[in-house]
Amino acid sequence: MTSTKKDPVLVVLQLSGGNDALNTIVPYGDPLYQDNRPVVRIPTDQVLPINDYVGFNPNLGPIKELYDQGKIAIIQGVGYPHPNRSHFRSMDIWHTCEPDKMGTEGWLGRAIKAIDPKSENVLTCVNFGRGLPRSLVMPGVPVASVGNLETYGVLTAMEDEQRMEALDIFSHIYSPAIGRGAVEDYLSSTGMDALKGADILSVATEKYTSSVEYGGSVVAQYMRNIAQVITADLGVRILYTTAPYNSFDTHASELVAHPKLWADVSQTVSDFYQDLQEHNASDNVVLLLFTEFGRRVHDNGSGSDHGSGGIAFVVGDAVRGGLHAEYPSLAPEKLLDGDLHFNNDFRGLYTTLLEDWLGLDGKPLVGGSFEKLGFIKK
Amino acid sequence: MATQDIALMAHLMRRAGFGASYKELETRAAKGYEATVEELLHPEDQPDISLDLLQRYFTDWKQINGLETNQTYWTYRMINTKRPLEEKICLFWHGIFCVGDSKCMSGAQILRQLNKFRRNGLGQFPYLLTELASDPAMVYYLDNQMSHKDAINENWGRELLELFSLGVGMDDHANYSEDDVKVCAQAFTGWTIGNAMPRYPYGRYEAMFLYNPDDHDEAQKTFLGETGPWNGEDVINIIAKQPAAARFVARHLYNFFVADEPQVPAWQKSPPRDPQLIKMLEDEYFRSNYDIRSMLRVLFNSDSFKNARFARVKSPAEVVAGTLRLVGTFTSPMPGLHPIAQEIRYMGQDLMNPPTVEGWHTGAEWIDSGTLVERINFCADQLGDVTKPGVQAIISRLAAEGRTLSPERLVSGCLETLGGYELPAATRDRLIKHIQKGGDVSTSAQDFGNRVAQMLQLIASTQEYQFA
Repeated sequence: MTSTKKDPVLVVLQLSGGNDALNTIVPYGDPLYQDNRPVVRIPTDQVLPINDYVGFNPNLGPIKELYDQGKIAIIQGVGYPHPNRSHFRSMDIWHTCEPDKMGTEGWLGRAIKAIDPKSENVLTCVNFGRGLPRSLVMPGVPVASVGNLETYGVLTAMEDEQRMEALDIFSHIYSPAIGRGAVEDYLSSTGMDALKGADILSVATEKYTSSVEYGGSVVAQYMRNIAQVITADLGVRILYTTAPYNSFDTHASELVAHPKLWADVSQTVSDFYQDLQEHNASDNVVLLLFTEFGRRVHDNGSGSDHGSGGIAFVVGDAVRGGLHAEYPSLAPEKLLDGDLHFNNDFRGLYTTLLEDWLGLDGKPLVGGSFEKLGFIKK
Repeated sequence: MATQDIALMAHLMRRAGFGASYKELETRAAKGYEATVEELLHPEDQPDISLDLLQRYFTDWKQINGLETNQTYWTYRMINTKRPLEEKICLFWHGIFCVGDSKCMSGAQILRQLNKFRRNGLGQFPYLLTELASDPAMVYYLDNQMSHKDAINENWGRELLELFSLGVGMDDHANYSEDDVKVCAQAFTGWTIGNAMPRYPYGRYEAMFLYNPDDHDEAQKTFLGETGPWNGEDVINIIAKQPAAARFVARHLYNFFVADEPQVPAWQKSPPRDPQLIKMLEDEYFRSNYDIRSMLRVLFNSDSFKNARFARVKSPAEVVAGTLRLVGTFTSPMPGLHPIAQEIRYMGQDLMNPPTVEGWHTGAEWIDSGTLVERINFCADQLGDVTKPGVQAIISRLAAEGRTLSPERLVSGCLETLGGYELPAATRDRLIKHIQKGGDVSTSAQDFGNRVAQMLQLIASTQEYQFA
């Protein structure tokens, strides 16, 4: 199954740590916001208004510009029943769609298998970062995990000339030798997949030119790599990267850290979108930004602690921009276990992307039927 | 010194430890196989790592709190321990008696648990289970502090039976019933923790096990067919007597030390690969009063073990620690070990934080297209560096063999010094041809070291090198 340029592509940017939704899409029109955030709040006159009730944190300027063009869907109050406030566990739940037991398969791992059941393209999915997030894990499904796109490959520590010889030897050693035993054969095919994938990916950096200059942060550079891979037309359908080190976990000094994080992310999103436009690719790419939970209604004097009921963003030409779902109420009697009450399940968000954007059947991939949101244009 | 003796010793050291340099292999082979097995089985006779020394360099290691700091510390231990089997048995039990930092959120508390495995891991199985049942990190991880006389929480009771001592079933029948799970949980009511383990807001302090008799269900209970007012220790003693316990320990020891078996959930239906060795281990389990050391003595001295070379895919810890032991770096406290310890995580083994209470899937499941590249690149990077003392030692050893080396000898020499690896004929021939292209190998030539290092890299990239 070959992919044309117009096969829909999904990009996921994971904001690890639990982004503070209240200070990202700010309910500045609600007195309860000022009451509950005596220290850690965005002053009303700094908010970039969307309407009389909510507005953007001022550091999301570039995202607001895209929002005003209708390219951004804001998904409010997203979560799941029995919210879990552990980073690992909650992120696991977002990755595996299993809120009640430990899952080992990722929703996107399953999606990759649905898109490319015979693994004909070893690069159906590429992750940027070290290790593999569980969202992409599915036994038997190859996923390239790239720490550094410029140097990605097998035996990259070797000098060029030696490396060419070594890779030649490698490809002979690993080419299918039937009947060496199940594990040895598995190693051989895995090695060949990796070599093929690395070979193909090396083209991406060579072919890419752009007028867009991305920032220097890890997130910016990985999003740039993602743009390089998309525009190289390698048939990659899913791309993933993660903001590192749980950076959004702003228990303390939030008013220092949070602005910087969002200045970086929103500029990066804007650069990425512009880059796609430049390459005529913005109509077949959708970008999801998500986090594992929101934060507590009341601040702790310096930052905010783990809560629930967060915000997700979906970006792209195919997106019906605007506010989706509802902003959770801050009224004490409406809270869930003391935190913002989610009003839509993240698996509905996933199902919308899987079905309305990628054209797959969402139920087996997220483990059930969940109400979709209307943020993808028909 | 026969090459076969060295190769056999390399096999023993890879399995009972994390491998060894050729020099260490020669010393140990001279001592003799059985004598070496005895030495390995008594780690307490060797000096321990000096934590004092480490704390003078890493002053925040007075209490090693963070997950990644603990992983760095553990990697240092695996590289430098003079008690290899103690570290290996700690890794062994950690992969079975799983707790995860994702829930416990206290590296220091998990380290205290691991130290129990170091101290008691070669001792009696029921004693180890009692240590585990009263370990605060385990109590907390499996919610036993929420199990009460009038409202039990089955999590610990179930996992003790299913994952820590008997397994779901053997020889195609079940080992325990749901009633046994409930009774097990009832027996352990009152086994709680005296204080919580938060990092915030009260800082870091040691969690304490607490036995609360008021919350303990004293009633008569029937567990695995035996009736009495059982408490936790009684249940453990009944467990230890079961043939299923013998099978459980034997199969796990086999899977970790001898050869890869199917994943654990398949054990109820799939028989052991080597029923004879398993039977020997089970017999020794009962004969020795449930002693792990005795079982390992039988295991290491068995023909099955000696013939099981390269029958296991290396775990990430073995890939990293084994390679570092070979190249001879980080033998004293110095910066730079943290990113290397994180490689173990990138290869799929987040030490002290397994994905679930079931632990890691081992064997071929360590390998996917991402982790295979990490493993190959890491080993090639380390072994290709001629400035590393271990690589220099290999180069010197080969240089001392004569003024020139035949291409065949260069290849076989590298395979020997890496620990007796064997390659299929097609692969060997390809490597030999590669050397032949550069002409005869002169050991005094300037590029000799580089040619050796490159050969080590090529060997490290083969499928065979993924096995131990």
